[in-house]
Amino acid sequence: MVPVNALVLTGYGTNCEQETAHAAKLAGADSADIVYFSDLAAGKVRMQDYNFLLCPGGFLDGDDLGAAQAAALRWRHATTPDGRPLLDQFKEFFKSGALILGICNGFQLLVKLGLLPAVGGKYFERQVSLSHNDSARYEDRWVHLKTNPESPCVFTRGLDRLYVPVRHGEGKIIPRDESLLQQLEQNELIALQYVHPETGDPTLEYPYNPNGSPLGIAGLTDPSGRVLGMMPHPEAYNHRTNHPSWTRGDNGKLGLALLEGGVRYLKER
Amino acid sequence: MLFRVEVGLKRHVRDVQGERVARKVREELGLGVDQVRMVRVYTVEGLDETQIADVLKAGALHDPVLHEISLQPLATDFDWIVEVGLRPGVTDNEGRTAQETLNLVLGLQGSDRDALKVYTSQQYLFSGVDGQATVERIARDLLANELIQRFEYKSAADWTAAPGFEARAARVTGESSDEVAVIPLSSMSDEELIALSRANTLALSLEEMHRIRDYYADPAVRAERKDMGLSPEPTDAEIEVLAQTWSEHCKHKIFTALIDYENTETGQTRQVNSLFKTYIQGSTKVIRKAKAESGPHGDYCLSVFKDNAGVIKFSDDLSVCVKMETHNSPSALDPYGGALTGIVGVNRDPMGTGMGANLLCNTDVFCFASPFHEGELPPRLLHPRRVFEGVREGVEHGGNKSGIPTVNGSVVFDERYLGKPLVYCGTIGTLPAKVQGRPSHEKKALPGDIIVMSGGRIGKDGIHGATFSSEELHEGSPATAVQIGDPITQRRMYDFLMRARDLGLYNAITDNGAGGLSSSVGEMAQDSGGFEMDLAKAPLKYDGLRPWEILISEAQERMTMAVPPEKLEQFLALSKEMGVESTPLGTFDDKGKYLVRYGEIIVTCLDMDFLHDGVPQMRLEARWERPQVQDQPAPDVEDQGGLLKRMLGRLNICSKEYIVRQYDHEVQGRSAVKPMVGVHGDGPSDAGVLRPDLKSERGLVVSHGICPRYADLDAYWMMANAIDEAVRNAVAVGADLRWMAGVDNFCWCDPVQSESTPDGRYKLAQLVRANEALAHFCQGYGVPCISGKDSMKNDYKGGGIKISIPPTVLYSVIGVIPDVNKCLTSDFKRAGELVYVLGRTNAELGASEVADELGFLSARVPQVDLLSARQRYLTLFEAAQQGLVSSCHDCSDGGLGVALAEMALAGRVGAELDITDAPAEAGLNDTSLLYAESASRLVVTVRPEHRNAFEALFAGQALACLGETTSGPLRLQRSNTTLLTEEVEDLAHAFKSTLNW
Repeated sequence: MVPVNALVLTGYGTNCEQETAHAAKLAGADSADIVYFSDLAAGKVRMQDYNFLLCPGGFLDGDDLGAAQAAALRWRHATTPDGRPLLDQFKEFFKSGALILGICNGFQLLVKLGLLPAVGGKYFERQVSLSHNDSARYEDRWVHLKTNPESPCVFTRGLDRLYVPVRHGEGKIIPRDESLLQQLEQNELIALQYVHPETGDPTLEYPYNPNGSPLGIAGLTDPSGRVLGMMPHPEAYNHRTNHPSWTRGDNGKLGLALLEGGVRYLKER
Repeated sequence: MLFRVEVGLKRHVRDVQGERVARKVREELGLGVDQVRMVRVYTVEGLDETQIADVLKAGALHDPVLHEISLQPLATDFDWIVEVGLRPGVTDNEGRTAQETLNLVLGLQGSDRDALKVYTSQQYLFSGVDGQATVERIARDLLANELIQRFEYKSAADWTAAPGFEARAARVTGESSDEVAVIPLSSMSDEELIALSRANTLALSLEEMHRIRDYYADPAVRAERKDMGLSPEPTDAEIEVLAQTWSEHCKHKIFTALIDYENTETGQTRQVNSLFKTYIQGSTKVIRKAKAESGPHGDYCLSVFKDNAGVIKFSDDLSVCVKMETHNSPSALDPYGGALTGIVGVNRDPMGTGMGANLLCNTDVFCFASPFHEGELPPRLLHPRRVFEGVREGVEHGGNKSGIPTVNGSVVFDERYLGKPLVYCGTIGTLPAKVQGRPSHEKKALPGDIIVMSGGRIGKDGIHGATFSSEELHEGSPATAVQIGDPITQRRMYDFLMRARDLGLYNAITDNGAGGLSSSVGEMAQDSGGFEMDLAKAPLKYDGLRPWEILISEAQERMTMAVPPEKLEQFLALSKEMGVESTPLGTFDDKGKYLVRYGEIIVTCLDMDFLHDGVPQMRLEARWERPQVQDQPAPDVEDQGGLLKRMLGRLNICSKEYIVRQYDHEVQGRSAVKPMVGVHGDGPSDAGVLRPDLKSERGLVVSHGICPRYADLDAYWMMANAIDEAVRNAVAVGADLRWMAGVDNFCWCDPVQSESTPDGRYKLAQLVRANEALAHFCQGYGVPCISGKDSMKNDYKGGGIKISIPPTVLYSVIGVIPDVNKCLTSDFKRAGELVYVLGRTNAELGASEVADELGFLSARVPQVDLLSARQRYLTLFEAAQQGLVSSCHDCSDGGLGVALAEMALAGRVGAELDITDAPAEAGLNDTSLLYAESASRLVVTVRPEHRNAFEALFAGQALACLGETTSGPLRLQRSNTTLLTEEVEDLAHAFKSTLNW
């Protein structure tokens, strides 16, 4: 079996790196290193030594200029001390068949970098964006999700429903144009959707859909299925007592199940 | 040349932020508006035309999917347009990020880099507003705080005639200055000394001025200064340093005063030599000794009162530290900036405790006047709703952006907080028990260590914060005291410092808070015995600061470290790599001097001893006379169901979900009991519980108590109730009374007798009594205070009136929970469980919520029966450990009636209850039994199969089984008469409607 070595990226305002690394280990990763962007830029750490990149939640650059906007530009323009663009390392890492999971602010980063949704295989071109919730408010609440069995996403294989928290102010998908939204659907790149807890159907109804995202989009994958970006926080449901009503005996699948899907894929490859 | 880069949403993107502004105009100002749209403006300085074109092309300031961008005005289709920008020198976080981003995108280096500046402003495009006066009102009362922001506006007609606004750079202009002035203290009359203190916001008393004058008159001091070529009279910086160090804020002069206390009830008089030493430190000492001798967990206190936060043992691997602060005065002037700075400021306390702690969670408690306040506001005061919203948002940004969950909090409403809102912000941190093999809660700056400042740069922000908060708020309070925190600069510094800690790159660390470098370096130098520092090396935000300003500036996001010379290179290299500015400023030594230079010029040379121990002890008088309050019986009420719903909707009781959901309460993934609980997550939780170590089941509980209303009757019982409430809340979620620690935060109105405070003796007596209670009840519960703070001048004077806050103590508790899987929440779980009330109800309706609701007066303040409460709390912990209890909620504001209703609505489970046999004193009418606020009571549910085991555990204690939970409504009866029957959904609606914004 291939060892799964997770790189948990942090720095410049990311703040979910601890629990994300913890969740990666619980999900079966052989190692999960917390790596600062500055470690990559300083050439101290190379992405090629890993096969699973996790971009955790947080407030990269305080959401100034829009969520993850400044960080995406940092990725595009930073170089290692040998003068090589850092983005080349990223591209090689992805080409090598590695997995990438972006959660919340990490999802925003992947979208703004253009790694998601990469409709038509056009990677690193910004096709959609994530913008302010319809409420224009940051909110912390738990949401019901359904996966898309037709999606190429390797993380969600074998999973059906999930119950996990969202904690964001900018989580509404805005496509470049209407046709792109259709392509997301047609290409089955919508990996996760907010659903109504009773009907189980994708919903636009607040608060079940916390941000007004069209088609209830909560997470997107790329055509390869090796990249998943999602607004909700699977790593925040890493223990039974994280569930908001666990004292009532409510539980179910931990959010870790999503990460387990990724780890399983790598191990079985 | 200045470019105005304007960024607006594309037509197909809904402007939800504009919609929110429109909602606020309607709801908060009660004005009409059809539509608001927004345009973001970046004013860029230091680029040429090619470069700015590159910026637009690179998508550096806009998102091509969402935005259109232009160097020309974008605004169209509006009736009025308002633009709001920051005043020069006010922290512009987004401007800083834009600047960094453009530097990277354009690859700027050296002087080009320094020349680039970005200033942000915001345009609001209004349709359907009612003319110029309305636009001005919206700008002034909602969009801009003129203390820190400027605004301009145009009508559509003016815009057509002359489109756009002039480009403005909010640049601070000033020449660098090494001027050190000399203050001719020896020749000043007493009047002149007082005038000097007032004019410079020094907050020094005449006696203190005399003490300073005497120091400089000392022949030995004179000779020494002559040798150094220093003026015999104090420099401006020396006076400022003394004022900071001796401020009420830093020295707690009232808490250390010698007090003559007269109790007219008992006829006794006595002296208290330092409230702090006698009661707070004194009680902790006694408790620690007892715990060391016979406590089941030993003396778990590791560091109390001496560091930025108090530290206790959590496990063999982990220590926990806690600190609570207030940021009241700045929040009164600029609620957003004040509160933001409050929270990121208190984050630096654990960060600077011991060798530096990881930040675990925040707690926030706010005290406001009613957001529905009507009527004229005195000069300089903001409307309470604006204060509420600003503070809420400031703490939201500070906490969320820092990645620290807000796990506990509350809001207290009282009209007197109109004069000054109270903004309590607390942070809890964890330390690995050992760092580099040494206990992490200890630190020491050694002679020879380099003084290094890391983080943000120094500006004029926050000058005189410490002394300003040591005065009452008045119409001329200085604007420089207000500042805006920058959570991301702080986060970067924190990331760096935690790494530096684990690598052992420094010997000591502390934060730059009140008094800035003057305090941080001065305090650390007490370890080594002196220091020498050069202010010319300090990085500044802009030129124009004089040496004394650099020394005492409270510019945020800075920490000071003592770095051993051999580690300096590695420290600075790591700092640079992680994008954090660190600057060596001088050296710690053991020469006994507080020696500060600006290049060659000596700015201060003070004896460390005089600076730290020279402040004269205040001597104050306190006189206790029990206030005469009318005592009326609680009225009988026909419609008890209606009353219950009104009670649930009262500001002090109603749901605070509006705030809670906007605060991230589960980042870091540790949350075990959240602020909202129950089947729909809309019931109130008693306390927060989280797992500091993700790999362990051990939990930390965070709770608090605050009952300012009771101080109107007797501050002794106000304090007792606050402690009891904090402990009770912790116990209610399953905490162990034997492993808790407390933090006391006193916010008082000026208790020093003077012309403007003719009732100072009474207010000081209230303070004495509160401290007596603190010692009694902390000892009684065995919960030691390990940290605390006081804020003593919470008065407002202006427009011919004075408003003093009610004496307010926030008592916070942290405690260790052996296994989070045994925690309890307040929601009724399912039908068919037994409902018990624990503890006795008395006719204690004084200053109660129901008395205010029904408009009657009662003199009887709730008292705490320590022995029975202690036994109850210990037994409840045992019952929870044995799994006998399924839900638990404490009775506080609104008493038993409100507690039962909250449990029912949280679980959407009703109950059939008969309160006839609830333990109570004789003769209580229904209103009293339901709403008296007697202390130490809890309601629990127990499954029928656990009945015997549960009752056996509680044998001999005051409790009663009231009935059973059901799937129907909440029905309460007494002596076979139904008092009320209410559907749980209706109760939930009543609870949630008041602040459903």
